[in-house]
Amino acid sequence: MRGPMTDRGIFRPVRDVGRAGVFLVRAFGRMRFGRTQWLEIMRQVYFVGARSLVIIVTCGFFVGLVLTLQTYDTLSRFGATDAVGTVLALSLFRELGPVLTAILFAGRAGTSVTAEIGLMRATEQLDALDLMAIDPMERIVQPRLLAGVVAVPALTLIFNLLAILGGVVYAIFLMKVSPGTFWGNMQVNVDLGRDFLGGVFKSAVFGFIVSWLSVFFGWYARPTGEGVALATTQTVIASAISVLLVDFVLSAFLL
Amino acid sequence: MTQNQPSELAILLEGVSVSRGERVVLEDLRLAVPRGRITAVMGPSGSGKTTVLRLITGQLQPDAGQVLVGGEDVGEMSASRLNRMRRNIGVLLQNGALFTDLTCFDNVALPLREHTALPETLIRRLVLAKLQAVGLRGASDFYPRELSGGMVRRVALARALALDPAIMLYDEPFAGLDPISLGASLRLIRDLNRILGITSVVTTHDVAEVPKFADYCYIIADRRVVASGTPAELRDADERVVRQFMDGLPDGPVPFHFPARPLAEDLLA
Repeated sequence: MRGPMTDRGIFRPVRDVGRAGVFLVRAFGRMRFGRTQWLEIMRQVYFVGARSLVIIVTCGFFVGLVLTLQTYDTLSRFGATDAVGTVLALSLFRELGPVLTAILFAGRAGTSVTAEIGLMRATEQLDALDLMAIDPMERIVQPRLLAGVVAVPALTLIFNLLAILGGVVYAIFLMKVSPGTFWGNMQVNVDLGRDFLGGVFKSAVFGFIVSWLSVFFGWYARPTGEGVALATTQTVIASAISVLLVDFVLSAFLL
Repeated sequence: MTQNQPSELAILLEGVSVSRGERVVLEDLRLAVPRGRITAVMGPSGSGKTTVLRLITGQLQPDAGQVLVGGEDVGEMSASRLNRMRRNIGVLLQNGALFTDLTCFDNVALPLREHTALPETLIRRLVLAKLQAVGLRGASDFYPRELSGGMVRRVALARALALDPAIMLYDEPFAGLDPISLGASLRLIRDLNRILGITSVVTTHDVAEVPKFADYCYIIADRRVVASGTPAELRDADERVVRQFMDGLPDGPVPFHFPARPLAEDLLA
């Protein structure tokens, strides 16, 4: 697998993308959704989701606060502060919610999945599974990959909710925008399918990408302390880049 | 090929060569493991003892030669056949490799839950019996991080025995054990062999312990089997490489120094 040529320079990222693709095919090569597998997926959704709640809730609230602050300031120069609720909701549902949640998720849950799988490799737990005739791809990789697809949209909804709450605090309580205008404009101008569900769809795609990269880097981490540390760093970097790149493509073509 | 081998052989490695990149690990190795006996594979660190075990379990494919388990070529097995064979082989890895997110009980129960359709009440009895055999029934609700290294390995042994394998492979079972745990491990390995008739392969470099449990020994050094025989035969052997290993001499046919330029050349450069 490792030719000297493919280990250097521009070939390396190309090789890594290829490997990640092959890895994905292998991960889903054998899908048997028995009872144990469903339970394991739900367990992982709980792990990655619950672990990320604190950071999602706090960041969501403050993003809502600061976003409303900046938007209100900008809109007041045009005398259009009535639109603050609309701008807040649209930018959150369409972009900031899915993207920021995915990147925060990569930093919190993605890294821990990478470290977990890397350590399982280093401490021979993956070998032990193999030796017990249990496929680690099926038992370890698949549930963690699918958990991200479920957890990230759910976390995005929580992020959006808290951000809107932050917006309410700033616009309605501090700047005295009338609640009727705030909510009314938001309701009229936000399209449930295109804006809201479009964002949820994006976040599911991001969840898939982040958890794919997390299990991939964990799986191929060198089985040492440094190797695992490097792999977690790679997870964050690769996740952030891929999420923003895919976000542009999805936004341009879908929304 | 298979027919003219004596049927008492559980495992046979024939003409096996393995290399990692440029480095040749094993070359034209022949190693036979008789059924129902304890075979020790000895050799200095890095001589390829663990590689031998990985060949037997099919985790590693030889570049040349064949590995027969129960008369069947491991390299030719389909994935499902390989899995069936692995269910019949228990492996004790060097550090136990218990799953850190499961309790001792769940670790031992995992292969049973995965590969049998037994009701949970029966699984519970089986697991407790296995843990009792290694003396750790009382620790069944503990997580591996709450146990000492020796205890972790005993739980791992219970897990390896969960499906009642016909063959047990032990990778350095004595490394880093205190004298009491070592004695207990020795007795366990011997008893399992004697009472259940489990064919056992034990890799070790603990020369002093080998005569206490092994029926037959192989010494691997320099990529091949340099000596084999019963422990008594090896104790009395005259060959230099056997003497070096059995007596623990720092230098001899197995060199103490890693290959290098002459010392004078390096110092005066």
